[in-house]
Amino acid sequence: MERKLVTIEGNDAAAHVAFKVNEVIAIYPITPSSGMAEKADEWAAAGKKNIWGVVPLVQEMQSEGGAVGAVHGALQSGALTTTFTASQGLLLMIPNMYKIAGELTSTVFHVAARSLATHALSIFGDHADVMAVRSTGFALFSSTCVQEVMDFALIAHAATLESRVPFIHFFDGFRTSHEVAKIEQLSDEDIRAMMDEDLILAHRQRALSPDHPVLRGTAQNPDVFFQAREGINPFYAACPGIVEKIMEKFARLTGRKYNLFDYYGPADAQRIIVIMGSGAEACQDTVEHLAQKGEQVGVLRVRLYRPFSIKHFVAALPKTTQTIAVLDRTKEPGSVGEPLYVDVVNALVEMMPEKRFSQMPRVIGGRYGLSSKEFNPAMVKGIFDEMKKDQPKNHFTIGIQDDVSHTSLDYDENFIIESEEGVRAIFYGLGSDGTVSANKNSIKIIGENTPNYAQGYFVYDSKKAGSVTVSHLRFGPKPIHATYLINRANFVGCHAFGFLERADVLEKLENEGVFLLNSPYEPDQVWNHLPKEVQKQMIDKEVKFYVIDGYKVAHDSGLGGRINTIMQTCFFAISGVLPKEEAIQAIKDSIRKAYSKKGEEVVQMNFDAVDHTLKHLHEVKVPKTVTSVLEKPPAVSAKAPAYVRDVVAKMIAQCGDSLPVSAFPTDGTFPVGTAKWEKRNIALEIPVWEEDICIQCGKCVLVCPHAVIRAKIYEPQGLQGAPATFQSTDAKDRDFQGLKYTIQVAPEDCTGCGICVDVCPAKSKTETKLKALNMHPQPPLREDGRVNWDFFLNIVEVNRNRTKQTTVRGIQGLEPLFEFSGACAGCGETPYIKLMTQLFGDRAVVANATGCSSIYGGNLPTTPWTKNKEGRGPAWANSLFEDNAEFGLGFRLSIDQQKVMAEQLAQQMEAAIGGDLVKAIIASKQQDESEIFEQRRRVELLKDKIRGLKTPEAKRLTHLADMLVRKSVWIVGGDGWAYDIGFGGLDHVLSTGKDVNVLVLDTEVYSNTGGQMSKSTPRSAVAKFAAAGKLMPKKDLARIIMTYGYIYVASVAMGAKDEHTLKAFLEAERYNGPSLIIAYSHCIAHGINMTEAMQGQKAAVLSGYWPLFRFNPELTLQGKNPFILDSTAPKISFKEYAMRENRFKMLAKTNPVEAKRLMDLAQQDIDDRWRIYENMAVQFDSRQKEQNEPTQSVNAKT
Amino acid sequence: MMDLSTNYMGIKLRNPLVASASPLSENIDNFRRLEDAGAAAVVNYSLFEEQITREARTLQDDLSRGTESFAESLTYFPEPEQFIIGPEEYLDHIRKAKQAVNIPVIASLNGCSLGGWTTYAKHIEEAGADGLELNIYFAPTDPNISGAQIENLYIEILKSVKASVKIPVAVKLSPSFSAIAHMGKRLDEAGADALILFNRFYQPDIDLDNLEVAPNLLLSGSYENRLPMRWAAILYGHLKASLAVTTGIHTANDVIKMVMVGADATMLCSTLLKNGIGHVRTLLQDIQSWMQEHEYESVRQMKGSMSQKSCENPQAYERANYMKVLQSFH
Repeated sequence: MERKLVTIEGNDAAAHVAFKVNEVIAIYPITPSSGMAEKADEWAAAGKKNIWGVVPLVQEMQSEGGAVGAVHGALQSGALTTTFTASQGLLLMIPNMYKIAGELTSTVFHVAARSLATHALSIFGDHADVMAVRSTGFALFSSTCVQEVMDFALIAHAATLESRVPFIHFFDGFRTSHEVAKIEQLSDEDIRAMMDEDLILAHRQRALSPDHPVLRGTAQNPDVFFQAREGINPFYAACPGIVEKIMEKFARLTGRKYNLFDYYGPADAQRIIVIMGSGAEACQDTVEHLAQKGEQVGVLRVRLYRPFSIKHFVAALPKTTQTIAVLDRTKEPGSVGEPLYVDVVNALVEMMPEKRFSQMPRVIGGRYGLSSKEFNPAMVKGIFDEMKKDQPKNHFTIGIQDDVSHTSLDYDENFIIESEEGVRAIFYGLGSDGTVSANKNSIKIIGENTPNYAQGYFVYDSKKAGSVTVSHLRFGPKPIHATYLINRANFVGCHAFGFLERADVLEKLENEGVFLLNSPYEPDQVWNHLPKEVQKQMIDKEVKFYVIDGYKVAHDSGLGGRINTIMQTCFFAISGVLPKEEAIQAIKDSIRKAYSKKGEEVVQMNFDAVDHTLKHLHEVKVPKTVTSVLEKPPAVSAKAPAYVRDVVAKMIAQCGDSLPVSAFPTDGTFPVGTAKWEKRNIALEIPVWEEDICIQCGKCVLVCPHAVIRAKIYEPQGLQGAPATFQSTDAKDRDFQGLKYTIQVAPEDCTGCGICVDVCPAKSKTETKLKALNMHPQPPLREDGRVNWDFFLNIVEVNRNRTKQTTVRGIQGLEPLFEFSGACAGCGETPYIKLMTQLFGDRAVVANATGCSSIYGGNLPTTPWTKNKEGRGPAWANSLFEDNAEFGLGFRLSIDQQKVMAEQLAQQMEAAIGGDLVKAIIASKQQDESEIFEQRRRVELLKDKIRGLKTPEAKRLTHLADMLVRKSVWIVGGDGWAYDIGFGGLDHVLSTGKDVNVLVLDTEVYSNTGGQMSKSTPRSAVAKFAAAGKLMPKKDLARIIMTYGYIYVASVAMGAKDEHTLKAFLEAERYNGPSLIIAYSHCIAHGINMTEAMQGQKAAVLSGYWPLFRFNPELTLQGKNPFILDSTAPKISFKEYAMRENRFKMLAKTNPVEAKRLMDLAQQDIDDRWRIYENMAVQFDSRQKEQNEPTQSVNAKT
Repeated sequence: MMDLSTNYMGIKLRNPLVASASPLSENIDNFRRLEDAGAAAVVNYSLFEEQITREARTLQDDLSRGTESFAESLTYFPEPEQFIIGPEEYLDHIRKAKQAVNIPVIASLNGCSLGGWTTYAKHIEEAGADGLELNIYFAPTDPNISGAQIENLYIEILKSVKASVKIPVAVKLSPSFSAIAHMGKRLDEAGADALILFNRFYQPDIDLDNLEVAPNLLLSGSYENRLPMRWAAILYGHLKASLAVTTGIHTANDVIKMVMVGADATMLCSTLLKNGIGHVRTLLQDIQSWMQEHEYESVRQMKGSMSQKSCENPQAYERANYMKVLQSFH
């Protein structure tokens, strides 16, 4: 039977089968598995049906713990049910997995295997998660490439029904889940043929039903539990045989034959690698190469890891096996060895009596590929070479340099076995330029228009703005097993000229390869603008050089900054992978296919771009000599601290792989303040200050998401030695008469978002289009700006105590201790975090939930949290996603306890310290900046007094004394955490009455994982997991929490009323109890123009969608209404606000009738909520009045 | 029996009162109310060229912004299998309006360039519109573009639309042509089924608080109908195309005057926004009363009776009148 060939990602392949064979799908987002859930939701929204003609019911839950609970329930009630997850998500499922397996329930969980958070979080792939569930009783079933993902998904679903053992079907996160490959798609007929209706019926008959009731989930006692538990053994014993049988059936159906353990290599091989997952493909490639050269090497890939069939395993090994290297993609500290290694050793020992081998093979184990660390043929060969040794290293590592425990194997990095056939192309792109989507499209074109096999893999950096993407594309006549990055390319495309200074883009290009450069310079000028090293490489490698001004073509075609179509056209025009005319037609066909649903205009723009491209693409003859004097700049300044120069700089330069184990802290602890050394220069334009127009309001400083625009008020002598272009003017504030004022931009750190310009209220009186800030191209401003910025930082500003910290104008000079984060340009969250650090950063401890804020806050190479000149600043940590409130409460408990201990010690040592000082220290309320300042002074005095003392108490107090200065505990996270996964903990923590400050950065979706619906998502908005629009209204978290009565609650939106935001932060922090600030955070996931995002915040408040209010329990104590409604009654409709944002507009473009219905309901939600808040604002007063009136009347009577 | 019927762009209307493009037509119920009140036809709100072109671009921008940059969030929105872009909603509205009323429904396309948008005329015809009003709203701000170029653009746009539809097409004209009569003739020759005099160029205002140029829509007054009235009077009898007058039609007297200078239809907008849909009924009653009082039997009878061609003092519409007006002002 002819099957459809499709070019898809691994996640899509798994979702295709899972959707077809299930009735209920419970989902929750977690990278890298989210793609499977997203596809399921999109298909369900589009009415796509499973093989029984039913649209599966897709339900998002509040956490993976919730998802698996729903799965368990749905299975128990008879529905065929699945879920998708990874990493910590899988860990949250463990309790239920024991139950599901213990009850012999048929199901398959599809897992994109990912690292577990240990010393650090990592979103990338390894087997730590699946290995952590190997004792649950789930079968563990491993696929190694995209085709296998689809095939094994089906085999797993068929096998679980027959065996009754639940399955984890897993594949490597990113390497397989996100690899794009051309595969044969299983048809509905195939799937139907594999799914046994009788077994499905049996599954349903086991379900709970009041029509034939049973009871499941008993509590058992010592007398019977053990025996009852052993009853499952026959099912596990039978499972491998069932899988084998189903694999045979599958082979008859499709021609693709799999075994429980698949051996590849010569039958008489002596050195065998045993491995699971995508690494097996790299091993197979290497074995093929080495075996051709006569080496007796082979690879055994493990398909069914649990239940582990010793018999099948040993039978799969060649009888000639002498040495086995077992590779584990996980680490189990303190164990005898990693899990697969231990199993293999055990299997061989157990099977020795069978005498398959003349002598017990030597077995060594090693770790590879943690967190998607590259695993390539050079490493595989390194392992085979090690196995030749008399005493090969056991418990080795490969792919890193372990200079601490010396576990690592050496290998020859120059061992490269790239196929000579076909195209191997590497493309360097900017995140925003469409390079990756163009490449994905090219793969589809080649996959669908030629008999060639195609593969694409994409590497992203850790920044959300100005990020670099590297695409690795292979096309060729033979199946592609290369699950590793391209090491020798015959085509390199560099889509951003600036990369030539930042990365070695030609490193992998082979001799006489093609180099395509997107260049703003004319063909006859470009050579002179290339760095010296690049010129040399081009000459040495005899490169064929092509240039195009892609941005110009894009601009002229109406495509803005997206050069995807243009660079894709260049690739096809040059590479010859398809005949040129055919390629152009194929590109146009794919453009029509991709864009016609978005309108003819978009199609036409892209068609124009294709045509213009061919006219602007030029081949440039490479000169014979190097003429450039341009040197690549160093990754960081020579002034940077040693750690930054030696370690961080390598990561910035994309050479992190070369750093040895000893370069890193052993416990995940890193210095703060490293972002300032990474000068990214990503802004095309930056704001320029007009001091004569400026009214010194400080709004630009407040809203800047990246802390790149700052104000300083200083003594005139601060200007001594100022650079010629440094700008300064007289401070306008009456309190600062005689002082100078400067707004300074950090040109190399600015992302060019333009929010500062958008909010600037000051306009020129002679030319109103000029504001006090205006955007200008960055390159000409860079050099002067850099010098001015450095000078600015060193000016001594006025003392913090002199600033009015109750006004935006007053706080503009406070130093931010959160700067230059990798957040999206124009991020709506970071201004709030920055404000918190300006106000309280020097005494703050921050617990940060996993999400956007933990990524831009803590993702290497550099981190934005920093410290002031005194060395004080926020101490920051991320524990998990779900536990952040509890984690932060732990900070509070610990700090409070240490403070009590310090006070006790101080009292005990009163004689030495002085009674008045001790009393003053203990009595200090420390509610504002000056009181904190005073307390710090007292504590220093205390330390002086006990400095010479040798008693144990003095030693203890010396270490605890700083706890006497009030610490500000901040618990920060997004709505996914606060409304969903962490809500239970948040609720509890707030209920304790402890002095913690919770800042919810409410973007109303799971932003970090790509915009999935949370309970904060408003009704009618489209989000992932709500492709058909959110049906239910947004949860009113504030109102829920206000019911406690003793928790400070504020709803703020900086863009609508900045002074209100400031007031709320100050009140929340001062309140000696729990506080919750819910901050409207605009987000790129809203589908908005980020430059005008603050206007959107204003519209949200004006429409009543986002009311501003404060609930201050302190007012209750004063006999006042604690609830203050700070925004006015709605002035515009919800629609007027909502139509600014694609999340609301989108439904009208897919289902206008439903959009109208939901928009009307959303307006109703707003009206209803506003009425409630309005009542709350007056009801207290009415109540007071009522209480007073009867009293008066009683008094009158008496 | 008094006959108020008229023929406008080849369509027979029961009277000369047409509800012109306005927000009123966004609600299908208002079509019914207008029909009940006596309106002879309704022009649907405009489908703008920018709406068609920008909507697609904006959607593409909104969906692609920030994508494929960061490994965890490669996209931010689900990818539906189909979008309803541009005129779909508009076309659906036309279909619904046609189902709702028996009076003619005229669609309105508003744009100023040659391009893909004009092809939507065909879709509008297929949706059932009885006629199409082409509102060519061109602000000639470029000092390098001559009047002749602009005139040619109008003609080309009209030809492009006429080539794609069979329903009658009216052109809403700007009053700013150097030679309106000549332009009217050219449009007539290019196939316009009606000319609508004139487009109001909504002038922006200044927001003094924020020092911004702000859009500000002012409703018209009767005094503004003098300009179109004069040109209707001049053009009447020289063209095959029908004439309609828009701007400043508020009272029965306004309607009667326009018909007398040669208008086949009068377009009502500001007066309906100000006085409500029921005002159509009042206007009709007042027109009938006036006609009765002045013993007119039909609209046809009075049509063009005061045009330049038919009036006793044709110079009154020309330069002589200008001199008289200035001299009469004391």
